[in-house]
Parts: sequence; C-alpha cells; structure tokens
Amino acid sequence: MMRLIALISGLVFGFGLALSGMTDTHKVLGFLSLFHGWDYDLAFVMGGALIVTTLTFQMTLRHGETLLGGNLHLPTACELDPKLLSGSAIFGIGWGLFGYCPGPALTALVYLEPQTYVFTLAMVAGMLVHDKLPGFANKQ
Amino acid sequence: MAESTLHALIGGLVIGLAAALLFALAGRIAGISGILYGALKQAGDRSWRWLFVGGLLAGGALYHYLSGQPAPDLARESYPLAIAGGLLVGIGVRRGSGCTSGHGVCGIARFSKRSIGATLTFMAAGIVTATLVNLLLGAVS
Repeated sequence: MMRLIALISGLVFGFGLALSGMTDTHKVLGFLSLFHGWDYDLAFVMGGALIVTTLTFQMTLRHGETLLGGNLHLPTACELDPKLLSGSAIFGIGWGLFGYCPGPALTALVYLEPQTYVFTLAMVAGMLVHDKLPGFANKQ
Repeated sequence: MAESTLHALIGGLVIGLAAALLFALAGRIAGISGILYGALKQAGDRSWRWLFVGGLLAGGALYHYLSGQPAPDLARESYPLAIAGGLLVGIGVRRGSGCTSGHGVCGIARFSKRSIGATLTFMAAGIVTATLVNLLLGAVS
C-alpha cells in the first residue's frame, strides 16, 4: 500500500511541477530575478500548493494518525539553528545559479537535456559528500 | 489572468494534492531532497522512495504527453553552472534538512518555525543569486 501511495503521489507531484512551470528554468529564473521584468507566476505555485497542504496537513495533524490508521512521521527538531539557515542559503545560491531545485531537476530528466543530467548527478554528489565535509556532518 | 499564471496556480494545487496524499495516507512528508537521499542511503525499505522518484519523472512525461506542450529548453546552458548549481543544491539541502517541497510546501503547512525560516532564507539567497547572475551574464528571457 505504501508503495502504491508513493507512486501515485510522485506521479501527481511530477505532473503538477511540469504543469506549473517549475521545470522551466526560464520561468524559475524569471521569478527569482528581480530586474528585466519580474515574472511573478511561480508565486502562485507556492500559494496554490499551500492552500491545499495547510488545510489537509492541519486536519491530519489534529486527527493524529493517517486516514489508514498509520503513524505520522514528523521531523523532531523544532528550533532554528545556524546549520539550517546556512544550509538553506547554500541551497538557494545553487537554485538561483541554474534554476532547478531538487524536484524539478528530477522531473526535467525526461526532457533529455544533458545539462540536466549533469546538474542532477552533481546534486546527488553534493548530498553524498555533504556528510564527509569537515564541520558539515550531521550529528546522529 | 494570463494562461501561464493559471497554469502556475492549478499546478500548485496539484502539487499540494500530491503532498496531501502522501501525508494523509502514508504519514510521510513529501520532501523530495529527503526522499531522494533516503532512496540512496536509508537503511531498510527504500522501495517506496524509488517509486516516488520514478513517479516524479513519469508525471512530468504524462503532462507533456497529454497537453502536447513542448519540453522547455534551458535558460542557462553552461556545464560549469550546472555542476556548481547541482553541488550547492545537494550540499545545501542536506545541511538545511530540506528543499522547496519539504520546507516550503509541507513545512509551512505544519506551521514549522524551522521550515518558515528555511524557506525565507533559500528564497532570499535564490533571488540575490539569480539577480546577480542575470546582471553578469545577461537576462534570461
């Protein structure tokens, strides 16, 4: 059941990313770049997504378990810390350089552009080397 | 409303639906960087994570097949930018415990202070970077 739910969720997510314009780096960089005519469309992607998730997540959190009676898997950390903020800044710089965040990079693999494969492989490499960088390792 | 704006809004609602399905039915946060990392490194059952990732690709292909929209070309074709961007995204999402989906779409919906802080930070860093690159290399159209 978990596998079927994950497959359908991924499918719907990828469909939404392609429909919304998030897999088009012209749209993403036009949104992130403030000069040369700001393209505000992608604000509606986050807005539309948050309307649905805020309602459903709050209802699910109040319910305390999934609709199938399973556990909710939630992050345990709840305070802001320098690692979270510096990591997010590093991620934002990479996003602004090329125009892909992780989801759109994966979905855009179906466009068969070689640079997208290079970006995604570099992203995976970055994830894997992160734990080996001095001062970067996650405390387990 | 322009057609591209309408696509953005409906696409956003669809993305929200996908995240809602995974949380309400499976109790999992649809954080794509975390799911991808877990697919590569997590101990135990990784198959659902790989199915989610496969679904992301299939969903994109399905959209273009059904709509007849051509695949978008790249705003920046530089390989060094692709490598630098990918590395920074990979390192940053691990250090920052999430990306646009996990923090932005799901974390804010949980009213998580960490996710709100992370989202404001990566949006600001993305805006500064994209704006500077546009000034240096010329605008994307």
